[in-house]
Amino acid sequence: MTPGSEPAFDAPWHARVFALAVAENEADRLSWPDWTARLATTLRNCGISQSLNGGDDYFLAWLDTLESILVEEGRIEHGEIEIAKAELAKAHALAPHEPLNVQHAANSD
Amino acid sequence: MEGSENGPVSAHSHLPADPELRVKALEEVLVRKGLVEPAALDAIIDMYQNRIGPRNGARVVARAWSDPNFRSALLADASDAIAEMGYVGRQGEHITAVENTPDTHNIVVCTLCSCYPWPLLGIPPGWYKSDEYRARAVREPRKVLAEFGVTLPKGKAVRVWDSTAEMRYIVIPERPPGSTGMDQEALAELVTRDSMIGTGLPMEPQR
Repeated sequence: MTPGSEPAFDAPWHARVFALAVAENEADRLSWPDWTARLATTLRNCGISQSLNGGDDYFLAWLDTLESILVEEGRIEHGEIEIAKAELAKAHALAPHEPLNVQHAANSD
Repeated sequence: MEGSENGPVSAHSHLPADPELRVKALEEVLVRKGLVEPAALDAIIDMYQNRIGPRNGARVVARAWSDPNFRSALLADASDAIAEMGYVGRQGEHITAVENTPDTHNIVVCTLCSCYPWPLLGIPPGWYKSDEYRARAVREPRKVLAEFGVTLPKGKAVRVWDSTAEMRYIVIPERPPGSTGMDQEALAELVTRDSMIGTGLPMEPQR
């Protein structure tokens, strides 16, 4: 292979959830050793029932870990993500060809 | 991910798959709370997608091959030697360089998660994060190496290095035969990502 010839992320959401955790670390709200310990626990638990392939399932574990930490530390409430998801889905249903974004969700009512 | 344009299309058919929607929702919640800015996320992604990658590690290896003083400094304290070349950042704070020799081949894994020297190698490939590699690299490294196309002479020992949040590793592969007289830039071209993880060997110069 040519060094660096593969994309760093296979899907845009992989990159996005990766960046969300790194941003928490950059803002000094998440220490990296704590993060890796938590991620390792999630991966171990996920890997009990299936063999993780290091793609979607890996970043899903990343997402689960980040959500849990944010909820535990009180920065978000568990229901908030579900509500935001429903808003996005609703906005998307009203204008399925528009990109999903904050403005859309806000203007959809 | 996309619904078919030909099939019956409901309003929800183009709704992104669940993880994508969840990530978007999480980002929106954090943005609304002022905890994160989309531009900051863009900058992080750009950094790891476009500016950091195995080219950095390849330059370190090429310099170690060319400059005995740098090689000694790298093996003594890789974090310092690498920082001096400007490769600093997250997951790069504590790095050890392990050198392949005629007697020993080194291979790197993270059995617990996916610790990896980001400033030198970028984001790890999918297989590095897979359960299979994480489990088997320790248990049967020779077999794993063979599957990567690396067959080692019988007498050569294999050392497996398990990365952690506290310590990450880069393999300094053996300088390939036929590369005498090449400058650092040309040498760096021979250094593959996998050769710095230990699952590959550097390319040989084309004659």
